[in-house]
Amino acid sequence: MLVPLLFVAFYAISSGNLGRGVGGTIVRLVALPIVLLFAVISWWVTRWRIEGDALRIETGLIRRSSLRFPLTQIQAIDTVRPALARVLGLAELRLRMGGATGSQGRLAYLSLPHADTLRGQLLALAHGIPIDTAPPPEQVLLSVRTDRLLASIALSRLGVVTVVLLAGAVVSLVVAPRVAVGVIGGSGTAILGLVTAFWRRLNSDYGLTVAEAGDGLRLRSGLIDTAAETIPRGRVQAVRMIEPLLWRPFGWCRVEVDVAGRQKSRGENRSESRELRAVLPVGSHAEAAWLLGRLLPDAPSATTPAPPRARYKAPLRYHFLAWGWTDTCAVATSGRLARVTSWVPLGKIQSLRRVQGPLQRRLRLATIHLDTAGRRVGASLLDRDVDEADRALGELTELSRAARKTRQAGGTPVIPPAPA
Amino acid sequence: MVASDTAWKHPSPRLRSLRRAQVAVLALIVAVVGGLLAGFAFGPGPGAGVAVAAVLAGALADRFVQRRVRAWAYCERAEDLLVRRGVLITRLSVVPYGRMQFVDVVAGPIARSFGLATVRMHTAAAASDARIPGLEQAEADRLRDQLSALGEAKAAGL
Repeated sequence: MLVPLLFVAFYAISSGNLGRGVGGTIVRLVALPIVLLFAVISWWVTRWRIEGDALRIETGLIRRSSLRFPLTQIQAIDTVRPALARVLGLAELRLRMGGATGSQGRLAYLSLPHADTLRGQLLALAHGIPIDTAPPPEQVLLSVRTDRLLASIALSRLGVVTVVLLAGAVVSLVVAPRVAVGVIGGSGTAILGLVTAFWRRLNSDYGLTVAEAGDGLRLRSGLIDTAAETIPRGRVQAVRMIEPLLWRPFGWCRVEVDVAGRQKSRGENRSESRELRAVLPVGSHAEAAWLLGRLLPDAPSATTPAPPRARYKAPLRYHFLAWGWTDTCAVATSGRLARVTSWVPLGKIQSLRRVQGPLQRRLRLATIHLDTAGRRVGASLLDRDVDEADRALGELTELSRAARKTRQAGGTPVIPPAPA
Repeated sequence: MVASDTAWKHPSPRLRSLRRAQVAVLALIVAVVGGLLAGFAFGPGPGAGVAVAAVLAGALADRFVQRRVRAWAYCERAEDLLVRRGVLITRLSVVPYGRMQFVDVVAGPIARSFGLATVRMHTAAAASDARIPGLEQAEADRLRDQLSALGEAKAAGL
């Protein structure tokens, strides 16, 4: 009984600028106190403290749970501030761990200065340095331009769908006005859905700023609800660059990073957890290349194309298929309409797989998958020549072993010098 | 290939009997039920035809299943485990011991009656599949202990 009510309440509040009209107002008026009540109870029963090198959170009103998070295994720390929390000067901390079950430390809510200090302390502990070390100074690398962001959203799949729907609506209005009015009036929820999707993209990527500090990469973004994410150094499992068809005339691309651990929790909706964190929602190739250099210092470019006969196996993908590697990193490109380039640090490879289907066997081709602990990105060397694939499998196995060893022996890598 | 062919080990020969038994039971059930249904609906002639067809299909399926079983192989190397499988789509997985998160041994009631178990290695990547079915219980236990010992010795952080 309470759960659906709560959903209604969350929806009403999260889509604050959408639920216009009398109905929306009533729902919100009823829901707000309930949501507040739940939030207050959750806050009331939550206790946390730092125990040695772990954070312990005890929470729950009826079902008490005690969670212990070893800080050396943190994959990322987020500071999330929904609109209401910003008004009240509060912030929520989320710890992302490597586990696949999505166990996530969540401290809601702390006052903002407190949340910042705590994050600094947790990061210091995560890097194994004393807790009271002052947070290292950060240096802004890039921030996304709003005009570009708006243009890129308009040119995304979402924008295309909207344009097609609009065109359809206009055409049908001209051809058969009476029917069209009914259809458009009846598709109110669909229109709402589109607007929500637009809003979500704008809100999550608005003003995204990437900064680099000694303790990791900081991402800050948001228009109404803001989020600040810290990815500790050496936690990036894979980097992906996407160049959609419609962005290509402008030379734009999107850069995403993948960290370990599934990102699924309350307060995060499905599309949010499905999407990867963009470090550059839209930017020029030069910006992307520069950012990539900071993320993976030794990133190669995909230079070896697939053999021509791969065209019969993957006619739409063929022109993008390529791969390249260095001693520490591998890269593979693929994609049908959009070109997708994935970089995987060899030290992060979890396993390698060689797969060959019947058609590939006919054409003497094979695919090598490089699996990482990230949620979705792993480089795949699609449709390579069999001999090349076997050689690559052997060499990448050796190189990833060597990369793993040096990383362990070397401990924490040195902080790269700031660019001029 | 990555490893010389001599080093490859295969699942127990009893896995072939197990698979054959599974296919046979399934084919028999289909033959009896289908045969009876067809027999009552269209007379004894078509009924017998359906039953014979089901048995023939079972025999054909058995050939495929046997080839699949024969294709399964694994190889313990110094630093990683190789698992090879598949006939139509061949797969070869390379799982470094240091990347192993945990190993589990599963034996269902039917497999247990044949004294067989499946060993499965898990890494932090959801995509890696390193599964070896049809190992004799003793071999499965040995492999499990060996893998967890090696995994511990060579463990690497994420």
